[in-house]
Amino acid sequence: MITCASITAIGRQVRKAMQAWAATAITLGVLAGIIAPAMAGGNRPVLTIYTYDSFTAEWGPGPAIEKAFEETCNCDVRFVALGDGVAILNRLKIEGERTKADLVLGLDTNLMVEAGKTGLLAPHQVSLKSLRLPVKWDDDTFVPYDWAHFAVVYDSARIKNPPTSLKALVEGPANVKIVIQDPRTSTPGLGLLLWMKAVYGDRAGEAWKKLKRRVLTVTPGWSAAYGLFTKGEAPMVFSYITSPAYHMIEEKTERYRAAIFAEGHYLQIEVAAAVKTGHLELARRFLAFMLTPGFQDHIPTRNWMFPAGPTSKPLPEAFGRLGTPPRTLLMTPEEVARNRKVWIAEWLRAMSE
Amino acid sequence: MTCHAIVRVAGRRRLFRSREDRSLTKRCPEAQRPWTALAGIVLVLLLPLGAAAGLLLMAGADDMAADTVLPDAYVWRVVRFTLLQAALSTLLSVTLGMWVGHALFRQGHMAGHGLVTRLLLLPFALPQLVAVLGLLAVWGRHGWVNQLLQALGMQDGISLYGLPGILLAHVFYNAPLVARLVHVRLAAMPTEYLRLAAQLGIPRRAFWRLVTWPVLRGILPGAALLVFMLCAGSFTVVLVLGGGPGATTLEVAIYQSLRFDFAPARALILALLQMVLTGTLFLLLRRLAAWPDTMAGLSPVAPHPHAQEHGARLIDGAAILLLVALVALPLAGIMQAGLAADLARLLQETAVWQALVTSLAMAAAATMLALMACALLLTSMAAPRGGVRTGAWPSLAEAVASLVLVISPVILAAGWFVLLARTDLAQERTAAFWLVSGINALMSLPFVWRTLAPAWRDLRQRHGRLCAQLGLSLPTRWRLVILPGLAPALGPALAMSLALSLGDLGAVALLGSEEFRTLPLLIYQRLGSYRTADAAGLSLILLLMVTALMLATERLARKGDIRP
Repeated sequence: MITCASITAIGRQVRKAMQAWAATAITLGVLAGIIAPAMAGGNRPVLTIYTYDSFTAEWGPGPAIEKAFEETCNCDVRFVALGDGVAILNRLKIEGERTKADLVLGLDTNLMVEAGKTGLLAPHQVSLKSLRLPVKWDDDTFVPYDWAHFAVVYDSARIKNPPTSLKALVEGPANVKIVIQDPRTSTPGLGLLLWMKAVYGDRAGEAWKKLKRRVLTVTPGWSAAYGLFTKGEAPMVFSYITSPAYHMIEEKTERYRAAIFAEGHYLQIEVAAAVKTGHLELARRFLAFMLTPGFQDHIPTRNWMFPAGPTSKPLPEAFGRLGTPPRTLLMTPEEVARNRKVWIAEWLRAMSE
Repeated sequence: MTCHAIVRVAGRRRLFRSREDRSLTKRCPEAQRPWTALAGIVLVLLLPLGAAAGLLLMAGADDMAADTVLPDAYVWRVVRFTLLQAALSTLLSVTLGMWVGHALFRQGHMAGHGLVTRLLLLPFALPQLVAVLGLLAVWGRHGWVNQLLQALGMQDGISLYGLPGILLAHVFYNAPLVARLVHVRLAAMPTEYLRLAAQLGIPRRAFWRLVTWPVLRGILPGAALLVFMLCAGSFTVVLVLGGGPGATTLEVAIYQSLRFDFAPARALILALLQMVLTGTLFLLLRRLAAWPDTMAGLSPVAPHPHAQEHGARLIDGAAILLLVALVALPLAGIMQAGLAADLARLLQETAVWQALVTSLAMAAAATMLALMACALLLTSMAAPRGGVRTGAWPSLAEAVASLVLVISPVILAAGWFVLLARTDLAQERTAAFWLVSGINALMSLPFVWRTLAPAWRDLRQRHGRLCAQLGLSLPTRWRLVILPGLAPALGPALAMSLALSLGDLGAVALLGSEEFRTLPLLIYQRLGSYRTADAAGLSLILLLMVTALMLATERLARKGDIRP
């Protein structure tokens, strides 16, 4: 029977429980509000660098470079990992003038014109005397920091006859899979798109439809794709001609190799630029620091690319055994900027067939 | 003349404009508008309106002209894939679910029956990410099944990328749901049917044709539509298991067109297409079937006449074993993968603790908001002087409570993401926190409403007039009568809301950032950088958190239960 007393007593209990809940919720909310800012600290200027995730990983160059720069600058370097290269450009476009970035690091030549069009980037004012690139460089906004040709990396234990040309890759058997990246977010993904365009021209759409049979999956970034490859999910991955160097040096195995294509390989030159609205002085100091051995020393054995500037030691000998592309393919930044959206729409149509 | 008639006539003759209004409404309180319910409705509608404003405003500013989006073949292929995977998932789920539901009904007295039915309730309460990771642990390239196949010499094994993985995950979620619906409906069959069939010695096939199938036929369209609607709106599963542009649904395409491209025009078109699709399905569902009450009890019926037959036992046993394996293996998989992860290291990372605290705070806020909104909307059923109102207002309140079934969380998040993108609030943690809480509150509102509304209505009918007679004020009424009376229903409602908010990835995938990160987002990011061991460990933590909170809320509710 429901008596007045029991209603009151139980109502009191439930109300206490509700109060406890409310108290817990408020405490947790306050905690969440406190903990995060407590993590940031210090009152030295903070240099915020937007970059891609494999740069800031513990095994990447980010931590070592952060330490090296902080010793000379009396500042705090904060990396913001945004996925892969194109995501950096997308973020800049979304944030506009209110961006918190002081420096963007990880775009490549394909994105330079579009990034410049945002109007957010400042001239670097850095001397490019010590630059060492396979092509000429005279841009006044972007400073290159490393370069390498793209290549399909394969597991030689599972593939005895690797493709020797892009055409062979596209028309190969469907049961031997490759992992590729999404060109909307990833610079290697965009690189493969442009490579196919450079070789096939107007017939790139049909070529993509043929390649689609061999694609295991399309990942948003390079790290996920390479992780899938090393775990054995697929015997091929789209990566860099320098990627096998990691396995040769760190894992002491020659198992993973880069396939050399007869049509030539697309070249990636990764660049960085200072943002107008941030700590401009500090950003320019970082850009100058990028072309010194303090930065470049960490590129070959942590970013696994060719350095764009001087290093204090010669390259490890494994880098000499990587194979050389017969030709270099590279589109001008203006041509890419004009056509990127249209070519990506074509890619989407071909891949969603 | 009755009061209602007075009101109707007055309305027709537009008498409400005169000074008679006030005295008329005093004498005829049913004419009063429920202002609190209106407030509730407006509050709930704030989020969708903001999202719509965002998408519409920004779509205009987009440099990609909207008229190039619609003819784009990609958009239509996405629609086609959405419908295809939903149709296939529905076919598989309904077939398996019907088979198992019937098996459970027929073997109503078998050992472990209660355990199996309780197990089948589990997938729906699991956070989607946890379930997907469990499926990967069992069926993925390095999962148990492929390891077994490799040991048996088959090198190729099965691949979960793309459509197969999506179908498997959907069957994992929906087959138990259909089984439960079928089981409940069949168990509601009058026991005389079974006894009579046993007396008359009706053979199995005839029994199916004459008794079972007509009942099933009534529920299958509704169940199929429900499953189709759920699969068409599925986000997390497709996000994680989809394999590229060829395996993208509308919701994931909306997310990608904002996260990858920032193309609000395409996002708007996709959102409209998605709303048209789910809206149509929702209306069909309401027309076709009332919501089957999945919380109904399954009291044991008379023994089924064919329960002991050899053939029947074989078929039923196979069905039950299949579904139990399908459901239990991924759970075991996530336990094993989670325990294999380096939990000690994970629990020391600041990112993990931040995500944990943020998740809990956000889930608590979302639950509070959902309860507040529900409380306001419940008053739409409150006729003055303690009666229960029926008609337009309660229907409107129910429609508003179910809004999120048509306008999905991803669309809401997309609209607000676009609205805030160019403002200072874009990276503000507080804005993201309250937005995600609000969207999650909206997401759990249908469940909270469906649990609390019948209980509230019942309570009002029993005690409403007494409270009005005693002249209890509103707070007193809530304290003494409503809260204690709602307590048994409050438990499941709270638990469901907390579970949904903790495990949600849809809203936070778009609105999250480095400053505001919940546990599901962290898991998804770890999966993306291919640290699956980390992801599995964090999923285990999420699973334990959800289970603990659900058990705690159920216990709290049971304490307040006034049944002796």
